[in-house]
Amino acid sequence: MQYMLLAYADVNQFLKMTPDEQKQTYGAYMSFVEALKKSGSFQASGRLQPTSTASTVRVSNGKTQVLNGPYMETKEQLGGYFLIDVPDQDAAIAWAARCPASIHGTVEIRPLWIPQDSEYKPV
Amino acid sequence: MSSSRSGEQARTIADAVARRSYGKLVAFLAARTRDVASAEDALSEAFASALTDWPVNGCPSNPEGWLLTAARRKLIDFARRRRTGETAGEQLRLFAEQLEAAMCEATDIEIPDQRLALMFACAHPTIEASVRAPLILQVLLGLDAAMIASAFLTSPAAMSQRLVRAKDKIRESGVAFRIPDRQELPARLGAVLDAIYAAFSEGWTDSGGTDVARRDLAEEALYLGHLVTQTLPDEPEGLGLFALMLYVEARRPARRDGRGDYVPLADQDLTSWNWDLIDAAETLLVRVSSMGAIGRYQLEAALQSAHVHRRRQGHANWPAVMELYDALLALSGSPVVALNRALAVAEVSGPMAALEILQSLAEDKRLTEYQPYWAARAELLTRCGATAEAREAYEVAIGLERDAAVRRFLQQRQSQSC
Repeated sequence: MQYMLLAYADVNQFLKMTPDEQKQTYGAYMSFVEALKKSGSFQASGRLQPTSTASTVRVSNGKTQVLNGPYMETKEQLGGYFLIDVPDQDAAIAWAARCPASIHGTVEIRPLWIPQDSEYKPV
Repeated sequence: MSSSRSGEQARTIADAVARRSYGKLVAFLAARTRDVASAEDALSEAFASALTDWPVNGCPSNPEGWLLTAARRKLIDFARRRRTGETAGEQLRLFAEQLEAAMCEATDIEIPDQRLALMFACAHPTIEASVRAPLILQVLLGLDAAMIASAFLTSPAAMSQRLVRAKDKIRESGVAFRIPDRQELPARLGAVLDAIYAAFSEGWTDSGGTDVARRDLAEEALYLGHLVTQTLPDEPEGLGLFALMLYVEARRPARRDGRGDYVPLADQDLTSWNWDLIDAAETLLVRVSSMGAIGRYQLEAALQSAHVHRRRQGHANWPAVMELYDALLALSGSPVVALNRALAVAEVSGPMAALEILQSLAEDKRLTEYQPYWAARAELLTRCGATAEAREAYEVAIGLERDAAVRRFLQQRQSQSC
């Protein structure tokens, strides 16, 4: 079963760290990915640039609106993701607990939608 | 003012009774019906009534008896709501008799302690092994599903579903609330002890003591372990488990330094070990060794004792440690024991011999996501001078660790040795 681990953290906390601490934190993420790969659970991962680089798009009444900034201003921002394939939710929780973001932020676990045949049949 | 003070007093007394008697009351309420869930519901409503009644009418002289009577009335209410017809009448008569009995108890008769019988029901072979420890924590101690779920790394929804299912099973499949007889006891006690140790280990993983849920879990497990030794003082494995937990608990404060960094056993400050607990454990171990029935928990406790002696006297008796591991491995066949044994082998026969054992263990799926396996591998590879491989093993160990302090420790080891 596929799960998306969404890592939320306060980017300012990271920027306030000493270079050594930053290196250590970054290294912890690298190790986390390494361990995921070794276990055969790894599917994909990515680190996002800070929300200051974000823009949002919405089309309403046929008009496209492009705005600067993230969809929502929050204290902790989505900073990266890990797509994993594990037997069950408990295994996904175990990996989330190992993700460094669970210590200095929050990790949200979302199972991926499994399409059912019927959902694509015309009504 | 005075009403708020008596409210506060009522709460304090209710809390104390809950702490002391929760499991005892559940056990007694559920013993005949085997309906644990109803007993829990009735008891929690009884506690709620107590908090409104006691501040007004004063705290009863026998709060346990009061709660028991109130909970019984709730049970009768539940039955009335649920059932109709002939069987209901019968059920109600039974409850009425019990209520009368409870009235007597409410005066001064001690409530029989059936907590151990309840533990045996929770750790019954028909109950799935992984839910036994959570079930005991909930039913005997009243911990809520969300807290238990956090400790066992499960979603609260999934945990409460598993607990409900287990309680249904107890009710429906006629699991007996009794301490098994002599022949059956050793095997059945093993399941109870395993559940207690599982709870203790989950509590132990929070070495920093920063996670309240986990820290409390270790304390609760110690309490349950003590309860077993009180009720079955002649069962060597029960005593062995309690000794083991005391040894481990004694070192809790030493596992972090002033800055919150992880301190491995070999570097721990002996003055920060709790020597009262260690003395108590040593006394237990001596008593157990005269009983002539060896078992897993006694051997693990003996290994802890060997750790203590190694640190206290500054030199180790590795061949004796090897013997203990050999016996333990023969008993348990556990890959974790095999891993720890390999580390003792490294001390006796060198890191290459230990690495060979690890290589043979690598097949075991249970170890591939086990941090200590990778840390041990990294350590041994470093000692053999295989720097690149050691680095990779450290990398996996760091990635598998969920405690930030231990992670930092492993990162330091990695940068020092590779």
